[in-house]
Amino acid sequence: MKSLGKYIIFIATLFVRRESLGTYVRLVFDESVKIGVNSIFIFAIVSSFMGAVTTIQTAYNLISPLIPDYVISLVVRDMTILELAPTIMAIVFAGKVGSNIAGELGTMRITEQIDALEVMGINSTSYLVLPKIIAALFMYPMLVVLAGFLSIYGGYLAGTLTGVITGTEFIYGIRYDFVEYNITFALIKSFVFAFLVASISAYKGFFTEGGALEVGVASTSAVTNSCIAILLADYLLAQLLL
Amino acid sequence: MIEIQNIHKSFDGKQVLHGISATFEQGKTNLIIGASGTGKSVLLKNIVGLIQPDAGSVLYDGRDFTSGDKVLKTDVRREIGMLFQGGALFDSKNVQENVMFPLNVLTKMPKDEKLDRVNTCLAKVGLENVNKKMPSEISGGMKKRVGIARAIVNHSKYLFCDEPNSGLDPQTSIRIDNLIKEITEELNITTVIVTHDMNSVMEIGDYVMFIHQGHKLWEGNNQNIFDCEVKELEDFIFANNLMRAIRDQNRKK
Repeated sequence: MKSLGKYIIFIATLFVRRESLGTYVRLVFDESVKIGVNSIFIFAIVSSFMGAVTTIQTAYNLISPLIPDYVISLVVRDMTILELAPTIMAIVFAGKVGSNIAGELGTMRITEQIDALEVMGINSTSYLVLPKIIAALFMYPMLVVLAGFLSIYGGYLAGTLTGVITGTEFIYGIRYDFVEYNITFALIKSFVFAFLVASISAYKGFFTEGGALEVGVASTSAVTNSCIAILLADYLLAQLLL
Repeated sequence: MIEIQNIHKSFDGKQVLHGISATFEQGKTNLIIGASGTGKSVLLKNIVGLIQPDAGSVLYDGRDFTSGDKVLKTDVRREIGMLFQGGALFDSKNVQENVMFPLNVLTKMPKDEKLDRVNTCLAKVGLENVNKKMPSEISGGMKKRVGIARAIVNHSKYLFCDEPNSGLDPQTSIRIDNLIKEITEELNITTVIVTHDMNSVMEIGDYVMFIHQGHKLWEGNNQNIFDCEVKELEDFIFANNLMRAIRDQNRKK
């Protein structure tokens, strides 16, 4: 409970004693490149293979001749949009971006760079953390959209190249009984997960005490706590919004 | 001028500072000395506001920094420059960007003017043609000098240095000490230095305050420090062979 209270106070301090808007625009742009653009490669690899494997495994499990083949792509689509793209990729996001944020802020803390900001009269929380959270809120939903597209495309390639399903059936299944709200739900989840990963990782890094060993511990802790928060939020959002 | 009045601080029930008071005058290099773990850095952090004292006050030219007035606190902080023990340069920025940082964030100065100011400050600390180097590409002494340039670039009225000589060779240490002294006198600022280096005390100690286990035991300057009759300070000063040899030689004379 003490940590939760400290985390809430930490979030509240993001919005006091802010610097000029121009400063934040530049910082958010820089962070967007670090958080978003630099994550495209790993997101592309993971999501493509995830879609491919999902297609093959779904086909493997659908052995009844009564079930049409297009169900394979329908399953891949719904799994991708509802869970794989926003949630599983959030775990990858926590591993890639969360550990980076915690490590960066932890190192800044132990090398007194955060103290240097404070002494200059700059709100270090707002200056260092707010741009990261805003950048994550901008970039993660875009990464989720990309991951969703590549996952389904990966499934299409795996299905058609192995002869599990024809291209026409795959496309038919993708379009069949499509619920647009699922996209909205996935985007809502992506905003929530982006906030959780960025803020929890920043919190863990910001309050690092000690040396290099503690920075490593903070990074690990950031990823672990982010993953737990993602899974809890995933369950709550599914209960509330579906 | 900075006045600290009756500063108390404890951590987890352990008293670290016991009612320390002192006056640090403008245009002078004020040294806080003492052995490791005696509370020097904690006192410095209390003075610059990185730690809130449990009791007591810190006055910057009469302005009560510990009053809780956030606007006043921000105003005072923007007049403070600080050199940290390891330099605390921002790893992701090069030397020029590091020195320019306070100007970028705290002022709306045109870029040319900022660049001029940065180059002037870098020249003042004896660093030229290193603008584009990253902190990882420069030596410890250079990092300290960049740290000093960053501390004074915004025309700070108060300069704080936390162990500016740590990890430096004797020649570079003296160079850093003299640089701080020159800047203090030239810009007429109030400088407070935490150190346990006796060379610094002898070179630049206009005012020296000795702390032992969180208590202020002595204050004076580098002229009268050898006349002190405080056992703890004597132990501190004459801990090394060189200082003992000087003392013995003086006694023989």
